[in-house]
Amino acid sequence: MAGVSLRNVLKSYGELQVIHGVSMEIADGEFIVILGPSGCGKSTLLRMVAGLEVISGGEIAIGDRVVNNLEPKDRDIAMVFQNYALYPHMSVYDNMAYGLRIRGLPKSEIDARVQKAAGILELGQYLERKPRALSGGQRQRVAMGRAIVREPQVFLFDEPLSNLDAKLRVQMRGELQSLHRRLGTTSLFVTHDQVEAMTLAQRMIVMNAGRAEQIGAPLEVYAKPATTFVASFIGSPPMNLIPKDGKLLGVRPEHMEPCAASEAMLTIEVDLIEPLGADILVYGHIGDGESARVAARLHASAPAQAGKLPVRYAPQHVHWFDPATGKRIGP
Amino acid sequence: MEKRVVFRSAWLPYALVAPQLAITFVFFFWPASQALWFSFQLQDAFGMHTQFVGLQNFGNLFKDSNYLDSFRTTAVFSVLVAGIGIALSLLLAVMADRVVRGAFAYKTLLIWPYAVAAAVAGVLYAFMFAPSIGIVSYVLKGWGVSWNWAIDGTDAMILVVMAAVWNQISYNFLFFLAGLQSIPRSLIEAAAIDGAGPGRRFWTIIFPLLSPTAFFLLVVNVVYAFFGTFGIIDATTQGGPATSTQILVYKVYHDGVKAADLGGSSAQSVILMAIVIALTVVQFRYIERKVNY
Repeated sequence: MAGVSLRNVLKSYGELQVIHGVSMEIADGEFIVILGPSGCGKSTLLRMVAGLEVISGGEIAIGDRVVNNLEPKDRDIAMVFQNYALYPHMSVYDNMAYGLRIRGLPKSEIDARVQKAAGILELGQYLERKPRALSGGQRQRVAMGRAIVREPQVFLFDEPLSNLDAKLRVQMRGELQSLHRRLGTTSLFVTHDQVEAMTLAQRMIVMNAGRAEQIGAPLEVYAKPATTFVASFIGSPPMNLIPKDGKLLGVRPEHMEPCAASEAMLTIEVDLIEPLGADILVYGHIGDGESARVAARLHASAPAQAGKLPVRYAPQHVHWFDPATGKRIGP
Repeated sequence: MEKRVVFRSAWLPYALVAPQLAITFVFFFWPASQALWFSFQLQDAFGMHTQFVGLQNFGNLFKDSNYLDSFRTTAVFSVLVAGIGIALSLLLAVMADRVVRGAFAYKTLLIWPYAVAAAVAGVLYAFMFAPSIGIVSYVLKGWGVSWNWAIDGTDAMILVVMAAVWNQISYNFLFFLAGLQSIPRSLIEAAAIDGAGPGRRFWTIIFPLLSPTAFFLLVVNVVYAFFGTFGIIDATTQGGPATSTQILVYKVYHDGVKAADLGGSSAQSVILMAIVIALTVVQFRYIERKVNY
């Protein structure tokens, strides 16, 4: 196994630059999630690591080998695709054995590895089936099996859970975590789903428009977003950003609490209430004529009604951003 | 979901399909049944006397070495036309699929030959390769190659195969290109990551996924070689020299129209009918079962 180094990685298609210099050192065995909205360049970055896209500038190293000019097959990586990319004319067994046969492993070794992966992924009884005879979750597992049997240095996942229904996604998320604990292989996981990112990542890269906005552990990113983009991309509903004294004041909805009008730090003009059971989301705008929309997450017992809602927040939960650059300025 | 339209009375749906039925009957069933009827008869050259002879026409055919030769010629011709046509168009489709710049122009140019009628294609090739005035023959002569389809049976076969393949290549190309484009890119990428080089990717992933298309085209091309090439043969060699390019369908025409053997010619066309029916059955059987993954 090996770590991965991204050193000022650039990508451009002709004149159009889509990745503007991403740098990161990924330790051996780390699970890294690349998070961002669609079109931010996250899949492109992953595909550059895989060798499916040419690296326009900078360096990518796997272990201590710079792989810029290596073919995908020589990079010792395995990839799980969003649409699984199973070979439709081959059985589950052959799908998993394909890469091993090409590498010329002895038959007994291939069989041992496939059986082991099938055991881990509970695919034992489906080995003779064709992919079309499997459910979405099973196909997903075969795709993972195909990656596992190769025993590569790095796993690359390109939104592998986005074609599954909500329940299966939660289940597969758990299986991915236990798989990573078990194998300890360095993994890069691309997603646009912040819940996947928060739950799976040891560290994550939040990308926007081809730039890494922030790199850090999920809770660290959540607690100290580096930019307004990160602040509003992570968290649901997103962080409230309120213009104040020429700066942007950031407060997460769950850090707002109702209070007496006399000690109010903000007064929300509530116009929408969403009771979720465990808590209540209230939306509105700020009373003093400013148009900024704000949201607050209140305890289910809180008195939520349309009209004026005085709220306060603890000073340690306050974030400040520069409105011009969007960068965090404190605390 | 199947949508079913319910008519209140029976005559309207019949009236609506009547034109199609009429055309099918007049131009397909009636001539076919005529052929079947004539195949049991012996008629003199002027059509004055007709005599019912049962299966004698068929019996004569299979004793006729000319007819068996024609069978062999047809087999060689259709294997060459289908084989070369499919291989070449697959190659072109794979190449065209990789082209990014100017792809539309390439594809359009490759589709053009299909717009040329078979007889016109035949005339084109006959002129280009004409032993005395053809431009290609002139170049070949310059290289010291003696190539004359008017007197050499093999050369004649090469000529008609070339013309037939050229005329059909666009059709095959379109199907292969559509087939290639329906293979998800990620499959090829997955195979590349799995370590397969371009050749291996083609033979283990792309080709198996194209095999339903290839099989469909094989049947279509064999049918084309059997029947659709009549115009090419008639415009170039007319079955000659001697009978070296006389495929079955041309022999039907030759024996019936030129040699005025209506009964024998009809028996031959009945056999051809049986062959094409068999091919169609095979195709439908296979396509129903195997066409989608």
